[in-house]
Formats: sequence, structure tokens, C-alpha cells
Amino acid sequence: MLFRRIIADRVSTTWMVISISTILVLPLVIGIGLYVKAYPLLELKPFGELIGSSTWLPHEQKFGFLPFILGSLYVTLIAFCLSAPVCLLAAIFITQFSSKRFIYFMHPVIDILAGLPSVIYGVWGIIVIVPFISDYLAPLFGIKSSGYTILAGGIVLAVMCIPYILNMLIEVFNTIPSGLKEASLSLGATFWETVKHVVIKKGFPGIISAFGLGIAKAFGETMAVMMVVGNMLQTKFDLFDAGYPLPALIANNYGEMLSIPMYDSALMFAALLLFGIILLINLVFRYFIYRTKKNE
Amino acid sequence: MYLLKEEMMTHNKMINIVDTDIDTDSILQISNLNVYAGDHHILKNVNLRIPKNKITVLLGPSGCGKTTLLKCMNRLSDLYKELDVSGHIYIENDDILNTYKNIPSIRQKMGLLSQRPYPLPMSIYKNVAYGLKLKGIRDKNLIDYNIERHLKEVGLWDEVKDRLHNSPHSLSIGQQQRLCLARGLAVKPRIILADEPTSALDPISSKIIENLFKGLKKHYTIVLVTHVLRQAVRLADNVIFMSHGEIIEQGSPEHLFKNPQTDKLKEYMVDGN
Ligand SMILES: Nc1ncnc2c1ncn2[C@@H]1O[C@H](COP(=O)(O)OP(=O)(O)OP(=O)(O)O)[C@@H](O)[C@H]1O
Ligand SMILES: [Mg+2]
Repeated sequence: MLFRRIIADRVSTTWMVISISTILVLPLVIGIGLYVKAYPLLELKPFGELIGSSTWLPHEQKFGFLPFILGSLYVTLIAFCLSAPVCLLAAIFITQFSSKRFIYFMHPVIDILAGLPSVIYGVWGIIVIVPFISDYLAPLFGIKSSGYTILAGGIVLAVMCIPYILNMLIEVFNTIPSGLKEASLSLGATFWETVKHVVIKKGFPGIISAFGLGIAKAFGETMAVMMVVGNMLQTKFDLFDAGYPLPALIANNYGEMLSIPMYDSALMFAALLLFGIILLINLVFRYFIYRTKKNE
Repeated sequence: MYLLKEEMMTHNKMINIVDTDIDTDSILQISNLNVYAGDHHILKNVNLRIPKNKITVLLGPSGCGKTTLLKCMNRLSDLYKELDVSGHIYIENDDILNTYKNIPSIRQKMGLLSQRPYPLPMSIYKNVAYGLKLKGIRDKNLIDYNIERHLKEVGLWDEVKDRLHNSPHSLSIGQQQRLCLARGLAVKPRIILADEPTSALDPISSKIIENLFKGLKKHYTIVLVTHVLRQAVRLADNVIFMSHGEIIEQGSPEHLFKNPQTDKLKEYMVDGN
């Protein structure tokens, strides 16, 4: 009997070690794989030129990734600026001000939004956001625009990120003990002062990490953005002009243009860039969290 | 049998006389307080007076409504929308349950000390300054003076004076609880509401808090919830025993603990809970 229990114990321990090592090794394997595949291009061109140049002429072996990197950054930036305040205020309202019944109603709504496949968001972008921009928003500023713009990409991306960030923020605010709020209120703070000075401050590391994960997710989001963003090379930040984010480059061209020499390597390099940037975003936010936790 | 009943009644009267004796200057008076949560009648027509500059100990088995009663006293019950509170609570003749005055200033009349210390997510200094700033005090010297004074009042000054700008999480739980007390005292409350303030503390820290309370009653009125009978005996000037949302007995600790009138209190004194 004891023997069987010991065996069971051993097996479960080994099992857990294997699972955790898989998780740890996976990103490493992906990173190395991408690097190996991108290596021919890296051998041909210096890294600085690849990410600093904006000439993209694959037939002439000119691979400048700057427009793609900037395209991704712009769309992500717009999405973040639109979704972050909405999520923060909504999460505060849901967790601090609304009744329990409202929360029960809200949860399925958020889950449905989170569960929708991104192609649906893309279609919605094409039939709603794109015409809205080309017919109403752009003329308002006296600009002619097709509607397939980085703004459209940003809006669609923001809507996609909202349920994701919102869910994390709700978790963050729910972990704040009510005793802490009561302490602040009993010292004579109003409810809003309590939210501002105590709830948000206490939840700050969590808020940052929710935003960070949201940005990292937005940066890599492909399908919906690709459908509305226009996919044209562009380096300047113009809301009403098209852009071409990194994931769209890979998804649009992989498997089609591979007859061009080095193209394969170039797409792998794009994937590697995406991988590296998302890693960087995560590291930066981790560092922020570490700092704020230390100073709390 | 009848005689016994009569004796009990006269005894009850005696207790009441003792009460009215203390009542002559009560600071807080509750009348016909009822609290419902849906169908659950949490507090059942509670009437009581809290004497000024005394320690009033609230005793009672778990779930009898002590915390709820305290929360009504500083309107933290507002936070729980499922609670339906009716009745009157007078603080110095102000009915705080039915008032158009602003609630934060009413709450500042009461300092709250909870079961666990909840330091605000800011430095030790800012924790104490928090209430002062909410009162509109901006003068840095005045704030510094008050912080030093109240940290000294709770005997924490020497322990923290070199790390006022550190996080309070570097303090021990007992120190944190004293910080919370200092933070409450800084807003100059009239009453201190303490809900099992020593239940998370080690014996030495508990002792420090108890001794602080003994000194603080010169300037403040204290309402203390505790499950430790010996603590009640050590500290109480006035004891209120509750059960199932009702006040069963009240009076001076000598009276109550030596001659408990009801089975419920007798049982409670034997079993603790
Ligand atoms: N917000 C609420 N909603 C519903 N029921 C509540 C609420 N707050 C308290 N109650 C109920 O009221 C009763 C009294 O609770 P309370 O916390 O006041 O007890 P207590 O005397 O402080 O107990 P303890 O000694 O364990 O702290 C309990 O039965 C509890 O379930
Ligand atoms: Mg309680």
C-alpha cells in the first residue's frame, strides 16, 4: 500500500517536472528555430539596416522592416489609448460601484466578447468601422480616405482587447480587500477619493500587468487588423492612411512569395522581430511591476 | 418559581439603575436600530447608550451582529447595498442615520480599528497624514507635528522615526495595528470603534494595544468587540452582551460576570463562544 503511494507520488512529481520544463523550453525552442531560419538574411544584411531601412523591394534583395515595425506600433498605440481608459473605468465601475446583480449580468457579456473569433471582429470592422471612417470621420477633417486605415485597425484592435484587459482588471480589483476601503472611508475619504488613493494605488502593479499583457496581445494580433488596416507600406503616423503591421506581412505572404530568394528568411526574420518585441514589452512591464511593488 | 422571577426582575432593575447611572453623559445613543439582509434580521430593535470616556465591550457569539453594529455606527453599512438599516443613532444629539450632513465628516468622528491591520498603500508618514490631508490641513509643519504626536501616542515613534517614508509592510503586524490606531487618532475622533483589534496579534502586541486603550479612554470613548473574556474583564467599564442580533444583558463587568442573569450569557462564559 505504502509502496503504491510512493510510486504515485514519484509519478506525479515527474509528470509536473516534465510539464513545467515543456513550458519553459517552448519559447526558447521557438526563438532558436526562428533565428536559425532567419540566419541567411542576417548573414547577408546587418541587423541595423534591416530594422532601420524602409525600402521594401524583395526582388532587389532590399528588405527594410521599418514600415512594418512602425505599422504595428501605431496600431497598437491607438488600440491602447482607446481601450485602456475604457477598461480602467469600466472595471472600477463594475467592481466598486455596481450591484452584485449587475456583475452577474456583466460577466457573460465580457466572456462572449472575449470568445468571439478575431475574423468576426475583422468583418465587423469592414462593414462598420471602415465605412464610418471613409464616409463620416475623414470628411469631418476634410480628408479623403478609403477607410482602410491604421485608425480602423486601432479601433478594431481596441474592441478586441477590451474584454481581455477588462477581465484581468476585474480580477485585480476584486483582490483588494474591503477592509482597506473601509479604513480609507473611516478616515473621512469620500468613495471616489478612496478609489483614487487606495484602490487604484493598491491595484497599480496589477493594472500595469493587465495593460502590458493587453499590449503584447494587441501587438501580435493578426487577422482582424489585417482585414481593415489597408496593408500598404507607410512610415509616417497618419490616422487616415493605411499601414502594414508585422503579423499581416507574415500572414499575407507566407507560402505565396517563397520563390523569391531570401523571402523565406525575411518572413522568418519578421516573426523573430515580433517575438523579440513582444518579449521586450513583457520584460519592460515586469520591470515596472517589480519597481512599483518595491516602492509600495 | 414566581419568587425567583420577581427576584430576577428586581435584579434587572438594579442593572438598569447602574446603566442610567453611566448614562448621564453618554456620547452615542442607539434607538430602535434594525438591520435586515433580505429576510435575515441581523440586528433586532437594538437600543443602547455608549458612555463617554469609557470602554464599552461588546460580547457575543460569532455571527450575532457585533461587526454589523459597529459598521452602522460609522455608516460603513452604506457600503453593503444588501443591508437595510433603519432606526436612529445619535452622536452628541446628531442622528447620523438620518442626516443630510456629509457622511465623511461623520465618519471622522470615529476611528476604526479592524481585526487585521490594513495599512494604506503608501508610506508610514502618508498613512498618518492621509486623514489630516482629507481634513484640508496643508501646512507641512502642522502635519509633521501631528504625525509625531500621534505616533508617540501609540508608542511607535521611536521604532519608525528613521523610516517614516518606507512602506508600512516592513513593520510587524503589531506595529501595523498601532500605525492604524495612530492614523485613526490623527483625525481627532470622539469614539474609537475597535473590532477584535488584537485577534491577529501576538500576546505582547495585544498587551500593548490593551494598555494603550486604558490610557486613551481619558480622551476618547472606546467601543471594543472582543472574543477574549479575560480581555473584556481587564478593560471593560461597561459590557454589552449580544446574541442573535439582540442585546441580552448589559452593565458593569463586575455585575455581569459575577452574576450572569441569562442562560445565554452563562453558556457563553463557559464555552467562550
Ligand atoms: N453584507 C451582509 N449580507 C448578508 N448578511 C450579512 C452581511 N453582513 C453580515 N451578515 C450576517 O449578519 C450576521 C452578523 O454578522 P456579523 O459580522 O455582524 O457578526 P459578528 O458578531 O461580528 O461575528 P464574529 O464574531 O464572527 O465577527 C451574520 O449571520 C452574517 O451572516
Ligand atoms: Mg465580527
